[in-house]
Amino acid sequence: MRKALLPSLIILATILLVIRIFYLQVVDETLKLKSENNAIKKKFEYPERGYMYDRNGKLLVANQASYDIMVIPRELKKTDTLEFCQLLNITKEDFIKKIEKAKVYSPRLPSVFMSQLNKSEFAAFQEKIRKYEGFYFQKRSLRDYEVAFGANIFGFITQVNEKLVAKNPYYNSGDLIGRQGVEESYEDLLKGIKGIKYIQKDKYNREIGSYKDGKYDTIAVQGEDINLTIDAELQKYGEELMINKRGGIVAIEPSTGEILALVTAPSYDPGILVGRQRSKNYTALYHDSIAKPLYDRGLLAEYPPGSPFKILTGLVALQEGVIDENSTVFCNHGFSYARGRFMRCHCRGGALQLHRGIYESCNSYFATAYMKTINKYAKPAQAVDVWANHMTSFGLGQFMGYDLPTGKKGKIPTSKTYKRIYPNGGWRSTTIVSNAIGQGEVLMTPIQLANMMAIVANEGFYFTPHIIKKIEGHQIDKKFTTKHTTTIDKKYYKPMISGLFDVYNMGTASALKVEGIDICGKTGTAENFAKIGGKRVQLKDHSIFVAFAPKDNPKIAIAVMVENGGFGSTIAGPIASLMIEKYLRQKITRLDLEKRILTTSLQAQYAKLGGLSEAVKLQLRISDSILKKKTQIPINKAKIDSTPIVKKVI
Amino acid sequence: MKNQSVANNIDWISILIYTALVILGWLNIYSSSLSSMEDTYQKQLIFIVLAIPLIIVILAVDGKFYEKYASIIFIISILSLIGLFFFGKTIAGQRCWYAIGSFTLQPSEFAKTATSLAIAKYLSDTQINLKDVVRQWQALAIISLPVLLILPQPDPGSALIYSIFIIVLYREGLPAWYVWTGFVTILLFVLTLIFEPQYVILIGLLILIFVHFKSRLADRNIILSTILFALISGFVLSVDYLFDNVLKQHHRDRFNILLGKTVDMKGIGYNTNQSEIAIGSGGWVGKGFLEGTQTKGGFVPEQHTDYIFTTVGEEWGFAGSVAVIALFAGLFLRIIYLAERQKTKFSRVYGYCVAGILFTHFFVNIAMVVGIFPTIGVPLPFFSYGGSGLWGFTILLFIFIKMDANKVNEW
Repeated sequence: MRKALLPSLIILATILLVIRIFYLQVVDETLKLKSENNAIKKKFEYPERGYMYDRNGKLLVANQASYDIMVIPRELKKTDTLEFCQLLNITKEDFIKKIEKAKVYSPRLPSVFMSQLNKSEFAAFQEKIRKYEGFYFQKRSLRDYEVAFGANIFGFITQVNEKLVAKNPYYNSGDLIGRQGVEESYEDLLKGIKGIKYIQKDKYNREIGSYKDGKYDTIAVQGEDINLTIDAELQKYGEELMINKRGGIVAIEPSTGEILALVTAPSYDPGILVGRQRSKNYTALYHDSIAKPLYDRGLLAEYPPGSPFKILTGLVALQEGVIDENSTVFCNHGFSYARGRFMRCHCRGGALQLHRGIYESCNSYFATAYMKTINKYAKPAQAVDVWANHMTSFGLGQFMGYDLPTGKKGKIPTSKTYKRIYPNGGWRSTTIVSNAIGQGEVLMTPIQLANMMAIVANEGFYFTPHIIKKIEGHQIDKKFTTKHTTTIDKKYYKPMISGLFDVYNMGTASALKVEGIDICGKTGTAENFAKIGGKRVQLKDHSIFVAFAPKDNPKIAIAVMVENGGFGSTIAGPIASLMIEKYLRQKITRLDLEKRILTTSLQAQYAKLGGLSEAVKLQLRISDSILKKKTQIPINKAKIDSTPIVKKVI
Repeated sequence: MKNQSVANNIDWISILIYTALVILGWLNIYSSSLSSMEDTYQKQLIFIVLAIPLIIVILAVDGKFYEKYASIIFIISILSLIGLFFFGKTIAGQRCWYAIGSFTLQPSEFAKTATSLAIAKYLSDTQINLKDVVRQWQALAIISLPVLLILPQPDPGSALIYSIFIIVLYREGLPAWYVWTGFVTILLFVLTLIFEPQYVILIGLLILIFVHFKSRLADRNIILSTILFALISGFVLSVDYLFDNVLKQHHRDRFNILLGKTVDMKGIGYNTNQSEIAIGSGGWVGKGFLEGTQTKGGFVPEQHTDYIFTTVGEEWGFAGSVAVIALFAGLFLRIIYLAERQKTKFSRVYGYCVAGILFTHFFVNIAMVVGIFPTIGVPLPFFSYGGSGLWGFTILLFIFIKMDANKVNEW
């Protein structure tokens, strides 16, 4: 017995090893595929990306064929470099540089030598590609934009970066991936699934057929087509109205939360980010730190909301029971709230109730309402938190959860905020009263403003704004069909709406009435300053307007924000009313107003902030092509040492 | 005359297998060194050539020499291990080399031979009976001494090899429960890592109950069973604790890869993954000598030393791998056969040690390369690149061949 142990162990161990090696070498085929073996080459078949349509089924984004020239440095043979360079229209230095770069990535693996050649650029090369060993081509589909607007909504596609290649095994070097906009947020649906073909090669590197009769091959799956909630006509019109201005427009369908238009200005033609010119154009857009064409102002720009915020101040005061419809405040063209502190007011003055307070946008009225709200509670800290909680129920001070990859929270101060600002305490309702009129510590993005109007239109609820309307064969995310209710009772919205309606009838927007459409709206003006040459200079006010229409059964809620546009009723108001008319009537009756807005240029204002960059000029040229007419571009080389700062003044 | 008698009685089968393995090893080192542009194959050729005079000297020395001087050889070997703490050269974090000019020598490769001689010498004393507990502990002490010196170098691979001496002692009368304890310990250890500890304890309990009621009435011992259960539970729980709290992350990783728990193929799992790919891509007959793309591509780290078997797998395929494994197994069984034929207890025990040590290296190395054993640096005898290794194994084997050839003269 004792003699048998070691020999038995040896025999058992040997059998175990042989079985394991048999499994590795004969049974498990995947190891052979994994081996970065020259004998088996992976060929990818790239699916077409899904199309994008607008809410009415109009095609916005399709695809076009494009070719990438790939290189495997180790397989390169000496060839006629000169002819090669001529065919591709590159210099010999370029050629050497690109090969070196590929070698650094990997001598064994393919890397992109030249990307995104269109059909005609590729045709000449295609005939001779067999002559150049180590080179091959990869067909891909690139975006083909059917429209010249909506760049901020679509986003773009670009080569995946090496970090992601290392992290996500789906992507290979040189693959394309959606960046920004819908391309990024719906990448998984749009991209489809690429197919893999395993090709058997002999030792002379010739392809001799498919490996194992295609047993391991997979077929490419096309990307899903999607419908956006965007109304193409409205979007286009919005971008036209914003030419030569900076700012954003967000329009939402109140009953669904669908985003009808999302305009940012300046913007660019999405088509310029396709093809060989892509990287040059992208660099120009990217480096424009002044006009920021890649910056979606509708989602990202945080502004003090100004007067439109009075709507919320009023609603909270009603809900908290500190005022009712008939509460009267006497306005003496301003509001004196502490010794030596005076808030000016542009209303006609006298004794006002809530109704006139709204349509005349009386500062005194809402400052009083806000102070009453805060003073209702024993401690201002408690009161501010109650107020902030109401604000949160409107989606303020937070990411709203919409399906676009960028966003800002805006700002709603809480007791913590003031504890930080006033560590020794001593703050009370008078200290923070400027919040009442949408200044102070309050910041909102245009999409939050638009959503606020959607809530008022709905009398107290909203659906998370979203850009996806329909995905073939899929449900859209449940969170977009879930109703969010605010903390304000429905009954308090009625007086508010009636006040907003009279803004158009008797108030600050009475000049903007559209015959036959009952619009409820509110103007806003935010003062702002910039440091120019070290001096604090007051710039022209930001022009703000929010509205929804029609008054009964609302179809559209909108927020318009024009940087340095002046009073709310000069630019933002007209734009909002034109947008509403366009959407509800599909045609414009007030052609004079339309012409005035289209031809208004604020470039002279912006020139004070700094010279026009290449990208802005590019944008202007493209914008011109939409309008089919020439515009003079003012150029000013004045220097600034800081970006604009926006601040309250009371 | 003496030389001639050696030539007549020598076991040519062992020598033939030895020669075949050394040559095959060199061919594979040659293939793997092509990618690295290093001259490892030239150096290995020098080591092989230098092994020939070494063999001649070993065979020429008087057969009684090794038994006579076993203790002294052991002491010198132990001193050489202790010396490492003072004069050793640190390579790749391990302080286990002496540097003599550009050459480095690894004394732990020779310590195995010395320990084998010492154990053989100790057991060949007629007074020694391994049924005696004191003797058992003395024998274990001889084995533990080099282990304790090698572990802190740190060289867990070399230390692990010494566990095979338990099997040798068992052959010479060590009670079976030592082997069983070792076996059950390893089994429980692995099971605890795979399953939750409470399940392992539960299974242990069920087996104990089963054994208890199956055994004859007279043999039932409820106290012993309870103690056993307590021991098992304690061990299982402490393994769980040790694994999570005492072992370092890289040790845990090595086990986790094996158990399929970690799949970080770029980090710690890289070696095992690449070596499996290289072997797996070999297929039935391999890609042919010098044709291995994984070998040429230099994907497998340490391919000429611990991972030399991947070259065999890739270039010679399943057929070549089985042939090499068969050669090794044949050599081990031949040595055991010869050992059992020995006239003296000294040479029998020594022969057993030789077979056991070579076998342990072989199994641990190939099991690691094919991914069924944690990553532990142990060379493949006669195959792996390295002078100390080759000479150490050569000395180990040829001392036994000399003893075997000498047995006729002992009459």
